[in-house]
Amino acid sequence: MTKQEALYQYLLQLGDNALIQSHRLSEWCSKGPILEEDLALTNIALDYIGRAQNLLHYAGEVEGKGQSADQLAYRRPEHQYYNNLIAEMPKGDFAFTIAKQLLISTYELLLYTELCHSKDETLAGIAGKAIKEVRYHWTHSRDWCYRLGKGTVLSNELLQQAVNDLWMYTGEQFEMGAEEELMLKEVIGCDNKALQNKWLEMVETVLSDSNIKIPTATYNQSGGRKGIHTENMGHILSEMQYLQRAYPEAIW
Amino acid sequence: MSTDTQLDLWEVFIQSRPGSHYTHAGSVHASDNQMALQNARDIYTRRNEGTSIWVVPAKYVSASNAEDAGMFFDPSNDKMYRHPTFYVMPEGAKQI
Amino acid sequence: MDAIAIENAFQEKIDKDLNIEPKDQMPEKYRLHLIRQISQHAHSEVIGMQPEGNWITRAPSLRSKQILLAKIQDEGGHGLYLYSAAETLGISREEMIEQLHSGKAKYSNIFNYPSLNWADIGAIGWLVDGAAIVNQVSLQRTSYGPYARAMVRICKEESFHQRQGYEIMANMMKGTNEQKAMAQDAMNRWWWPSLMMFGPHDSDSPNSGNAFKWKIKRQSNDVLRQRFIDKTVQQAEVIGLSIPDKDLKWNEEKQCYDHGEINWEEFNQVINGNGPCNKQRMAHHIKYHNEGAWVREAAAAYQKHINELN
Repeated sequence: MTKQEALYQYLLQLGDNALIQSHRLSEWCSKGPILEEDLALTNIALDYIGRAQNLLHYAGEVEGKGQSADQLAYRRPEHQYYNNLIAEMPKGDFAFTIAKQLLISTYELLLYTELCHSKDETLAGIAGKAIKEVRYHWTHSRDWCYRLGKGTVLSNELLQQAVNDLWMYTGEQFEMGAEEELMLKEVIGCDNKALQNKWLEMVETVLSDSNIKIPTATYNQSGGRKGIHTENMGHILSEMQYLQRAYPEAIW
Repeated sequence: MSTDTQLDLWEVFIQSRPGSHYTHAGSVHASDNQMALQNARDIYTRRNEGTSIWVVPAKYVSASNAEDAGMFFDPSNDKMYRHPTFYVMPEGAKQI
Repeated sequence: MDAIAIENAFQEKIDKDLNIEPKDQMPEKYRLHLIRQISQHAHSEVIGMQPEGNWITRAPSLRSKQILLAKIQDEGGHGLYLYSAAETLGISREEMIEQLHSGKAKYSNIFNYPSLNWADIGAIGWLVDGAAIVNQVSLQRTSYGPYARAMVRICKEESFHQRQGYEIMANMMKGTNEQKAMAQDAMNRWWWPSLMMFGPHDSDSPNSGNAFKWKIKRQSNDVLRQRFIDKTVQQAEVIGLSIPDKDLKWNEEKQCYDHGEINWEEFNQVINGNGPCNKQRMAHHIKYHNEGAWVREAAAAYQKHINELN
């Protein structure tokens, strides 16, 4: 694998995480628990779409075959998407979305802090913009964890259930593939493994402050980074790619 | 009785530039001050309108009564000596 | 002051074009008229999120998805500004939502039509928001201060909505034959309902008398509708869309377009619940309102818990 190939792959991973997470968050539109929160969740979705656009655009440049961000977002087959499985988990109820956002944002907070120092200036620039957004996403989901965890018996149960259900998809975030090892060596990417302890510490703090127990199950499901997804992914793509696939000649 | 609620009403004040006054932007619903601040941010600063936000529970805002406008505001009508233009300055004096 | 004196003092203010503010004395009928109108306006913004939301996950490009999401978010924000304006009149948002669910409060008929292809997103922005803007610009001068201020903010934010819709239509009219057909199909379905948004003819408009006297409403339904038609016809021509009205023609003498008669039978049917999506829109709102109840309760309970600690 060349450095260029590894960087392309690395950017697709980052871009796909943002793309698929934006898709799930945008499903909240007109379905929020209160109008204010409807706007808050779509604001987060907009941050993610913007990030996906930047990362996929750059991926297309790095690949050098003239693929636009839209072509990468809308025309790849399922096994060529490399997001973490946690991103494609269904929207679920509000507790599920909040738990998912906390688990992802905590990882992204650590990841993008590192990527701000990437030797690749474009990536460092994207990370510099992303880190501000991520801090807000993290704060927003942390505060809601407190409210749900310490709110009512029901809200505590639902949040606990969400954390339990998502836990097996969190470990994948810290895996290192060949392209990531190469990116780390080049001081472009980040050592995911090194983030895990800090991640766990931060997540444990928020959850214990929310009266939520850390799951004890140790099984981890992964595969997204290799293009092997859950059954959710095909449905996401069949919606997302519908117009692009049904009218391949059209420009929108 | 249902315990359902649309949460409390808060008034939002936005400072549009550092150093400028905070002006009333509108209201949001929220259960606590952090939520009120975040909601105000998501609703009233989506187009770069703000550099800082205040939120105040609407129940703590007191407003003057329209019927009191006469006694509240009219008495200051005739006190022109509070304005610099009231004073006659000697011809030729500078920087005053 | 007795009721007549209050009403006289109030009308004097109105006649001087002064705004009425929440703590000012106002006739009960004025207050109720405003609550009805502003809450209906707020509900329209919120229900209007649904037909557009229907296409978010299928938006065909990252740019179009961003724009659509930002636009729907604005609609939600506008609903919120309007609920706040109505709340200054002594009704809570809970009560307004209850009235929506019980059918006591209405929302704009236009959102009882389905969004069936991507060009509908263009048509909603260009025609539906275009019609709404004509009305809202006029309402910036409405007599109730909080309502007028909400309108000023809304008009400022809405200015991109119509343009993005028109841009979608223009792009599709430059595209493949299939895209052109979609655009014309959307035009055909949204044109007449857009004209209905302005409400009945002035001669059949039951609520207008007081609304004019109190300067809640500043211009009549027919005047506003005509303004919308006159500016939209030219925009359609530029991009090659035809207006689905065989009676539409330029009237040289009046310097405006004559148009065919609106199907008021359909208008009344939809108002009375018999439109393509009435039940669906309401069921959606009720479902997600109910599903959110435990979240709102949790937030309120958490706050209570915090207050007890302090």
